[in-house]
Amino acid sequence: MTNRVINWFRYASPQTFYPLAGKLIPCFWTLAGIFAVVGLGIGFLLAPTDAQQGEGYRIIFLHVPASWMSMFIYLVMAFWAAIGLAFHTRLSGMMASALAPTGALFAFLSLWTGALWGKPMWGTWWVWDARLTSELILLFLYIGFIALQAAIDDPRRADRAGAILALVGVVNVPIIYFSVKWWNTLHQGASVSLGKAPSMAAQMLWGMLFCALACWMYSIAIALMRVRNIMLERERHTEWVRALLAQAE
Amino acid sequence: MLISIRAVIGRDLRLAMRRQADILAAMFFFIIVVSLFPLGVGPEPEQLRKLAPGVLWVAALLATMLSLPRLFADDHRDGTLEQMALAPQPLGLMVLGKLIAHWLVAGLPLVLLAPVLGIQFDLSGDGLAVLTLSLLIGTPALSGIGAIGAALTLGVRGGGVLLSVLVLPLYIPVLIFGAGAVDATLTGLGPQAHLSLLGAMALGGVFFAPWPTAAALRVALE
Amino acid sequence: MHWNSLAEFLAMGNHGFYVWGSVLVMAASMLAEPMLLRRSRSRLLARLLRQYRAEQTEARRQRAANPGRSRD
Repeated sequence: MTNRVINWFRYASPQTFYPLAGKLIPCFWTLAGIFAVVGLGIGFLLAPTDAQQGEGYRIIFLHVPASWMSMFIYLVMAFWAAIGLAFHTRLSGMMASALAPTGALFAFLSLWTGALWGKPMWGTWWVWDARLTSELILLFLYIGFIALQAAIDDPRRADRAGAILALVGVVNVPIIYFSVKWWNTLHQGASVSLGKAPSMAAQMLWGMLFCALACWMYSIAIALMRVRNIMLERERHTEWVRALLAQAE
Repeated sequence: MLISIRAVIGRDLRLAMRRQADILAAMFFFIIVVSLFPLGVGPEPEQLRKLAPGVLWVAALLATMLSLPRLFADDHRDGTLEQMALAPQPLGLMVLGKLIAHWLVAGLPLVLLAPVLGIQFDLSGDGLAVLTLSLLIGTPALSGIGAIGAALTLGVRGGGVLLSVLVLPLYIPVLIFGAGAVDATLTGLGPQAHLSLLGAMALGGVFFAPWPTAAALRVALE
Repeated sequence: MHWNSLAEFLAMGNHGFYVWGSVLVMAASMLAEPMLLRRSRSRLLARLLRQYRAEQTEARRQRAANPGRSRD
């Protein structure tokens, strides 16, 4: 039992995590590539035309995974933030800051693909639909997190302040979502709601699943890459980084 | 415990009284922003009535943002905040006291000004009453959520703008239900549902916000 | 296979602009992000290595200046 606890904390230290992450990154890239090829292959080559939306519905294979990821990454970020506040592990703060830019990217991609889907379907680029609006607010939350961390020079303080903000945000996300939904139904905005998935054939579901998996693998690989950079930067005066540099020379 | 809260409130109010210019500036900001809208969109009463709830509420959010950076900054500068953090009473309670003082100084004036400004927008009697009531219920939530942002950005460069970026997205539910309450009254739906949700948010905000705020203050003081 | 010809595939039932616009931006940003990270990593490593070398030569110089004392 104690042995396992020690093991956990062993991997929580940057010194051991750094080489481990380095070994894992290519695996996740490979998986991301395979899943993307399978998912996009099913989605763009095999899946049948949708009866109502024609071929334009194929954006769903990009839009839905991007939206999912943007929400998941925020949750994961808040999870790391909570761990960091509770156990004071250096790694958790670094993971949270490594995830934020990718989460923001997915939120942006979700809005972008949503707009490009909305134009042919509803005739406008933007509707104040509950989902789109919440996604926009999520993007704001990511930007707030990134801006706060960028404004604080001391990395330990940046980590902890960011962690508090992420936790406050994650409590607020459902409140924001339901209030926006309420607001939307009251104002009778869009009659067609985005994400009201067209009655989906099994192939579409599989395609979407694989695309989502590809996005997962992509996010993990990117987060590991970024966390390695953050580790090097922050721990540049420590023994293990110096040993690494001596090796590189 | 109550005594220490009261002491914090009394002290903050006395300090605020010495700097009345700040309070007045935030109030004038509120008045000016609201008065700009008819000039921007035209004076048709029909249109103004439709815009009124949103405009007044958004202006109230912005006016609150103005007073937030000073919530902890002065106490941080003169070392009072450190004393509070070291005091035997929980820091969260002190923060609660500061929140109440902040609301009395920054939130309550907005509530009192709102009906006068509502008249400019040709709101009916019911509309004015609900507008005032919604601000009365909602502004404590603004102080509560805002305090978290103020504590997080304490002593951080570019604090003021950063504070807006952090806090304004979190204000969205309050804005929706606050303006929605007035809207619902004007369209004859009745504001009860909105107001009770707004009340729940204000209670939640005031009771829960002091703890993350206290945590953020401790981080800033390290 | 759902498509009969490449042209049909590219046209996407008259929604080509929207579909390919989404694909293009998503692919571009998901390729750009790792590339930017790689670049920032190599820059970071180069910077750290430069600092490390500077420290090493500084240490060597000091050792040469007063031998025997700061042997480590």
